[in-house]
Amino acid sequence: MKQSNTTGISRKLSAMISIGVLLLLVILLENLSTFFPGVPQVLQPTSPLFTVLKKGAVYSLVAVTMNLLNGFTGLFSLGQAGFMLLGAYTYAILTVPAAMKEQVYYLFGGCAFESSLVDLFGAVFGTSGPGRAVAMILGVILALILAGCVAGFFAFLIGLPVLRLKSDYLAIATLGFAEILRAIFQWQKLGPVTNGANMIKGFPTFSSFNITDGSGRVILRLSTFIPFLVSSICILLIVLLINSSYGRAFKSIRDDEIASEAMGISLSKHKMISFVISSFFAGIGGGLFAMYVANAQAKAFTSTMTYEILLIVVVGGIGSVSGSVIATFLYVACSEWWLRFLDSEIVLKSGFKVPLLRNGFRMVVFSIVIMVIVLFFSQGIMGDREINIGALFSGGSRRKKAAAAAGSAGTVDISVSAADKTAPAKEISAGEGGSADENLKETVNDAAQDEVKK
Amino acid sequence: MEYVISVLLSGISVGGQYALIAIGYTLVYGILRLINFAHGDVFMVAGLMGIYFTAVLPITLSIPLVILVTVALGFAIERVAYKPLRDAPRMSVMISAIGVSYLLQNSATYVTGGQPMTYPKIPFLSNTINVAGTQTKWVVILTPFLVLALVFVLTQLIDRTKIGMAMRAVSKDFETSRLMGIKINSVISTTFIIGSALAAVGSVLFFTNYPAITPMAGAMPGLKAFVAAVFGGIGSIPGAVIGAFLIGICETIIKGLPSAWDVSVFSDAFTFALLIIILIFKPQGLFGEAATDKV
Repeated sequence: MKQSNTTGISRKLSAMISIGVLLLLVILLENLSTFFPGVPQVLQPTSPLFTVLKKGAVYSLVAVTMNLLNGFTGLFSLGQAGFMLLGAYTYAILTVPAAMKEQVYYLFGGCAFESSLVDLFGAVFGTSGPGRAVAMILGVILALILAGCVAGFFAFLIGLPVLRLKSDYLAIATLGFAEILRAIFQWQKLGPVTNGANMIKGFPTFSSFNITDGSGRVILRLSTFIPFLVSSICILLIVLLINSSYGRAFKSIRDDEIASEAMGISLSKHKMISFVISSFFAGIGGGLFAMYVANAQAKAFTSTMTYEILLIVVVGGIGSVSGSVIATFLYVACSEWWLRFLDSEIVLKSGFKVPLLRNGFRMVVFSIVIMVIVLFFSQGIMGDREINIGALFSGGSRRKKAAAAAGSAGTVDISVSAADKTAPAKEISAGEGGSADENLKETVNDAAQDEVKK
Repeated sequence: MEYVISVLLSGISVGGQYALIAIGYTLVYGILRLINFAHGDVFMVAGLMGIYFTAVLPITLSIPLVILVTVALGFAIERVAYKPLRDAPRMSVMISAIGVSYLLQNSATYVTGGQPMTYPKIPFLSNTINVAGTQTKWVVILTPFLVLALVFVLTQLIDRTKIGMAMRAVSKDFETSRLMGIKINSVISTTFIIGSALAAVGSVLFFTNYPAITPMAGAMPGLKAFVAAVFGGIGSIPGAVIGAFLIGICETIIKGLPSAWDVSVFSDAFTFALLIIILIFKPQGLFGEAATDKV
């Protein structure tokens, strides 16, 4: 018991460390071109790589929120775009600087709110130098949290009637609510707040976080780091929720509503918690999305966007957080970068024009690939398994250590069956101390996972 | 007065066009318990085919051809995308439907280059006539009658023929009717064929009245038709038709309200509000049978 507890903590620790390393890597990657101007095109700031990383970070958060509902609680909801819209607008309305309001809301003679969060903090911390930066960071953080709260609050209101519905009715009702929200935000009468059907822009975006010197030259790029930071914090919180007793209640509701009700789990309460929390983070995701595209406009948040996210979740594996994240980056990389060549006509040297290639072909190929996955690989990339970040990070080295220990002992075979693993475990623990048993388990697990991947 | 008549006329006609799509939804849902998200896009593809066929063929030949190819498309979608998932959870089938819808929309964008396409003028249907002082197209007048005639034929088909009886049996109890020797797959295929044919007819009527087709043109009418089907009680053909007429009329009334109120944005939202109200207060719809879940 005690041992599993300590390994639990060390797993969390190693997960945290690996996220930290990932974030550091992102900063490094992004700033290579600043320090070594001669790096290949792919690492220049204009490269599609960074578009993919930013969009991927934003979408992976939203995909995980959708997975929390669809994969872990079994609520087939199609309202994600609506909650993103709420988040995006809340963030945008709260952070457009007072100086920009006149210009952005010119059709409505200025905004209903005179000030913005950034200005409010600016009044406290000063409007120049580091004070301005602190004010902006605090303003953005608060606006993102409020974006989540607004989305969560609306989810609560919508959830009261809707969560009683089952499977496809729930899907169509949440889809309907998203469409209603979209209409409301385009209403000209709300123009002084939402700018009607026009876009809101001028608020801090990801590139506002790049640190520049006096002349405006970028010293340190943080525009990819910021979405990664926010998304990984949010995803981490969601993972903690999923692994908590609430998360176990969600999964039991997914597997059998009646049985879990009989076990004393309140269906309405847990469904509501899952729905509100998922929408809260979807709202934050919406705020990030607004930062990514540098504007907020209701017509971007269509049901097609929800479908896209749903398909990402399916490709990643319904019920796997790491699957959703991997699938998002693959999906975004394919659609924004790797399959781009399909959209332009290619004429070979011999004068042969490759047939079919022209604008739009990429998405056709793409949707066929998705259909193939949906039909023939319904498990997706990960099924409902998870990549253990801790194991990825430290497991590799541990495995090597175990192998080394085994080598020196000369007698231990790593591929022992589960039945007799206690015997070699003792031998290794002499050399390595502590969690040898854990090592072997993980080795076996990893091997099994590798096997499955093949 | 003239304004009121013209709004009502076009409302009834839009309702009729929704009704033709809604029947496809309600039949498929009745049998497979599947919201066929791709149905609206099949409708859109039928509209596009109308444009491409009339460009090379005479109109008398191209409309039957549109119906034929749409039927083939609906049949193929069922065979390829839904049949392999017959024993899978309902969510997987719905996801597959969403995937098909995504594929059809992207293919349409590819073929048309993303440009809105103008629907050809169909002789007679596109001609204008004068009804009670308002100018309107013949299609507006003819749609409700055509819809009622088709619905009559369809209800006869379902009530009187052997395949109709099989469809009713399958929608009552999938497993038992399979045990009774009903060929489930052919019944389901027939359902998709009927639904697609009606969607093709609907597309001719709908797009004659509208200036352009975009790849997204099918999504919204599709969803509205689904709401109509839910409103009327899913599985019930008269229910779907009544629901569709109601939604069509309400929607045109909202669009026709004075522009000072600026509520025309809500013409789509209204449909969904109606859906949510219906789901909360009378989930089985107007004519649907209350389903009981056995534990």
